[in-house]
Amino acid sequence: MNTPATLRAATPAPDPPWALLAELTHGCPLRCAYCSNPMELTDRRAELSADQWADVLRQAADLGVVQTHLSGGEPLLRRDLAEIVAAADSAGIHTQLVTSGVGLHRERLARLVDAGLRSVQLSVQHPDPRAAERIAGARAFTAKERAASLVRSAGLPLGLNAVLHRANLDALDDFVELGLSWGADRVELANTQFYGWALRNREALLPDRAQVARARARVERWRERLAGRMELVWVAPDYVDGVAKPCMGGWGAVSLTVAPDGTVLPCPAAAALLGRDAPNVRDHRLDWIWRHSDAFTRYRGEAWMSDTCRGCELRTADFGGCRCQAYALTGDAARTDPACHRSPDHGLVRALVDGAAARTKEGEPPAYAYRTHAP
Amino acid sequence: MSAQDAVRDAEPYAVPDRHAARDAVRDPWRPALTRSVLLRHDRVRGVDLLVLPERVVVLRGAAGSIVARCDGEREVAGIVAELARLHPDAPVAEEVPVFLERLRAEGWLR
Repeated sequence: MNTPATLRAATPAPDPPWALLAELTHGCPLRCAYCSNPMELTDRRAELSADQWADVLRQAADLGVVQTHLSGGEPLLRRDLAEIVAAADSAGIHTQLVTSGVGLHRERLARLVDAGLRSVQLSVQHPDPRAAERIAGARAFTAKERAASLVRSAGLPLGLNAVLHRANLDALDDFVELGLSWGADRVELANTQFYGWALRNREALLPDRAQVARARARVERWRERLAGRMELVWVAPDYVDGVAKPCMGGWGAVSLTVAPDGTVLPCPAAAALLGRDAPNVRDHRLDWIWRHSDAFTRYRGEAWMSDTCRGCELRTADFGGCRCQAYALTGDAARTDPACHRSPDHGLVRALVDGAAARTKEGEPPAYAYRTHAP
Repeated sequence: MSAQDAVRDAEPYAVPDRHAARDAVRDPWRPALTRSVLLRHDRVRGVDLLVLPERVVVLRGAAGSIVARCDGEREVAGIVAELARLHPDAPVAEEVPVFLERLRAEGWLR
């Protein structure tokens, strides 16, 4: 799959990336069944140091990155988090903390704000504390409630992120009410995308069509009622809709992910697809990785596309869908995303969604394989 | 997830909405960026940006210099007057209030 050097030289330089997802650690006090971290979690001893992160962020700023999401795992497990925030801010990069809220105390938040933290996104598993505990495999609701209040007192914008699946889609109204009562600026209602642990738990998580339709109708009603008072984002369930997502805005087109050990990926799920081909900031400059590495150029543009995508007008809107999903479901990353109703492999996805309806009839509660703790 | 879903352009001098302009005159609005929005100059691309937690908006043309004056102290009329002095030939009086209203409707100005 390596692009010959001559071909690479003829390829126009890619536009610079806008955003960097910094997975600071795979350690997390929660064990959510829907986690998109890879099944093989990075050893905490292999994590980049704060100095290495500072260097990565400076390189990213030089490359064009203006925004970083400090994520994980749980980024608050990094005692040196404020140093990393400060490095991003002084490089001119906007920082958002993506957190479970566990470990966010008043002093900690004050240090982060002093360092230049601009925004916080808080995960919520379910608006009901006990249901949330069952999904997260840990008790965290009270910590989240406190975290939300601290963020609001600090004057930072607050987003709630709810990953949706069959055990919480019917609680959609309560998610929105929670956002209002916690003073959120934004609630992201993100249907589960099936990678990493979520792929492992797909059968337990995948909703049926009727459940999704009910939730979608509620979102529409809320949008009318809220009239812009609080932003509601709906991340579509690609399996159920039969519509491929414009994954990452195109491969190596808009953003990049740096994993805890310095591996650089075109999207957080690409570790499974790239394996040992994934470049690392310990070996290469970020600029080279973005412009020239095989990992980033492989599916950039349209040359890699199958005939299904190449002759289809949807390709300019969905960029062929998700490479990681094509790989996970067919073993060939260059095939059309099977979530797309035009994919020759779409039957795989349809059968899974049909199976979800059958499970709803049986009424069995989902049995989760909880995420393990990072070694 | 992140900027993947939205790098959006905001172009001034685009949408002719006279009602918005009239409201701005009646109410002495002193526009300011909302809590979630930062105005930044992008040195790599040579453009001004609005950076939000999940979104980046590219400001085209004179948009950055308009937003830079939204400090919560200047009234719309004051902003218009300043810009009219700098750009005597541009349709500032008609278009700047409309542009500001559009940003307010997006939730980027208050």
